[in-house]
Amino acid sequence: MSTTVPVKAQNSVAKKQTPEFVQLLDPDGRRLSDELYDPWISDVTGDQLASLYEDLIIVRRIDTEATALQRQGELGLWPPLLGQEAAQVGSARTLRPDDFVFSSYRENAVAYCRGVKLPDLVRVWRGTAASGWDPFEIGMATPAVIIGAQTLHATGYAVGCKFDGADSVSVAYFGDGATSEGDVNEAMIFAASFNAPVIFFCQNNQWAISEPVGLQAQRPIADRAPGFGIPSIRVDGNDVLAVMAATRSALDRARTGGGPTFIEAVTYRRGPHTTSDDPSRYVDPAVAAEWEAKDPIARVEAFLRSEGVLTDELAASIQARADAVAAEFRAGCVGLENPEPLSVFDNVYATEHSGLARQKSQYKAYLEGFEK
Amino acid sequence: MTELTLAKALGSGLRRALSDDDKVVLLGEDIGTLGGVFRVTDGLQRDFGTERVIDTPLAEAGIIGMAVGLAFRGYRPVCEIQFDGFIYPGFDQIVAQVAKLHYRTAGKVRMPLTIRVPYGGGIGAVEHHSESPEAYFAHTAGLRVVTCSTPQDAHSMLREAIASDDPVLFFEPKRRYWTKGEVDEDADGLPMGKARVVTEGSDVTLVTYGPLVATAIDAAVAASDDGISLEVIDLRSLSPVDFDTVAASVQKTGRLVITHEASESGGLGAEIAATLTDRCFYYLEAAPVRITGFDVPYPAAKLEDHFLPDLDRILDGVDRALGRVNSLTGWSA
Repeated sequence: MSTTVPVKAQNSVAKKQTPEFVQLLDPDGRRLSDELYDPWISDVTGDQLASLYEDLIIVRRIDTEATALQRQGELGLWPPLLGQEAAQVGSARTLRPDDFVFSSYRENAVAYCRGVKLPDLVRVWRGTAASGWDPFEIGMATPAVIIGAQTLHATGYAVGCKFDGADSVSVAYFGDGATSEGDVNEAMIFAASFNAPVIFFCQNNQWAISEPVGLQAQRPIADRAPGFGIPSIRVDGNDVLAVMAATRSALDRARTGGGPTFIEAVTYRRGPHTTSDDPSRYVDPAVAAEWEAKDPIARVEAFLRSEGVLTDELAASIQARADAVAAEFRAGCVGLENPEPLSVFDNVYATEHSGLARQKSQYKAYLEGFEK
Repeated sequence: MTELTLAKALGSGLRRALSDDDKVVLLGEDIGTLGGVFRVTDGLQRDFGTERVIDTPLAEAGIIGMAVGLAFRGYRPVCEIQFDGFIYPGFDQIVAQVAKLHYRTAGKVRMPLTIRVPYGGGIGAVEHHSESPEAYFAHTAGLRVVTCSTPQDAHSMLREAIASDDPVLFFEPKRRYWTKGEVDEDADGLPMGKARVVTEGSDVTLVTYGPLVATAIDAAVAASDDGISLEVIDLRSLSPVDFDTVAASVQKTGRLVITHEASESGGLGAEIAATLTDRCFYYLEAAPVRITGFDVPYPAAKLEDHFLPDLDRILDGVDRALGRVNSLTGWSA
């Protein structure tokens, strides 16, 4: 099927009825029209939306498998992304290979879309490495655990792109909690002052561990950016099409010299902060149920079925593919080898440091003492 | 060879680095139009443009974090922190990001940043403008920490720091900015990781760095009037420390005095005393002596002479290392 994702009488509401954010696909799978943002996805075909649907299914399946691996003792920790799949897939799938992502630690779907090798997703969580992958291989920095620090890196990278005369864009992913950090505010100031081609992609998932977004912001987070001189978009983060449209418009602005854009993707963290967290201590089950009804995958499925794109047969084959990815992911995870003891000294410096060289040789001799 | 002040020698080093490598960019507050509050970057923005010599907003984390991003993009940023006491807002980016990214990425991402920091007291400044925070950074794995004491070293070491693929904290002794000396831009100098024996001597090894090197040389002259021969060592590098050079000297003299402006506790002096005690235990005739700033916040200008080690306090330390209790000695180790 090659027709674009249309607004049709039988499956649409004529006019967007929710002024709180950009929404092109409502929770019931109805395609809403939006004069400003429809053009940004006018080329998306039913097959392409089905491909996004497959991404959403696969990243959720990986997430489920990772939590299982943690519960089985194969991972020390895992930060689930349940509920945030559309925000991550919809934005990451619009990027070019030469764009560069600076993320936090929950952006596993972004990493998947950037082409990460599956075991690389969990090296850090299994404790076999300080982080997962070669940033230059997939155009994505290894995640920043210090909240918000990466927004400055994205800004600097974007300034470098501008100096190079390249039309590459950098994207900073961060959460609602990060917006209280000084680094994020400084990043917006620097990005505006240097007109940097950077996108500030904030997934407002309503929670910073146990702290609700109301503790970070008294107004919609997107409202802050204009004060820095940065245009902002508030988008339904559970709507993969709206996220894609918003990201494309921001990419276009960045590539054509228009500078930074702030996107607030309104979503919800339906799982715990990490596998060590217990959300039952702070989440109202009624609110959680409301968000479950706004599931990012169900609406795409409903729409694709109404369009006749998604058949039972296709759905089954996508699920089978997701299960196969999960199996490969599990095998890769448990197959990760423990690092050699002396590698604890590797890569602290690019060139030899005499103090560290002494410690390494002493520890090597100490270890060899056990072999005698 | 040209005679330059230490500040001008740094400026000429930056100029050469900008000319030699078009990936070198300078970032900092007031470094462009003004040429820096100490005029170290004077004329560089005029000659290299606003994309090579960048005036930034007033945010130290922003400066360092932006430099990290530029390094990801293949640039070789040189950040100026306007004063020692202003570095703390950037501390997280330095310690958590700059220092660890190479390790975190298994060597895939290099952080060839140079972070220039005018440091130390003796200029009668107000609070936050006279500090010596080098120990924080020498304690941090992944960073190299160096400091210069002469115009030649200022020029050569700064260029070497910028060319280094590791991040370098480059501490500039601000009260010596106006010290003059011959500078040969093409000199094949001592590598920045090596300590230099400034004054050879046989009785006591006096280890120092940065602003106190000149004071230590004066102390050696004064001591020689009393028939005491001091061997003065300018460490130059604080991470790593060139312990081989210090140990060779202590094995000769059997006595060690370390002096720095920074506070005593947890300072470089403690590290040097501990390591040299370990390496030279059977050569030492006396316990190593530290002459340092006190464990107080940097005091008001009219009190700084009571904080900073000076010639007399250093000589008092030398006396203690020689086992001489003199009238100035109010304590024993």
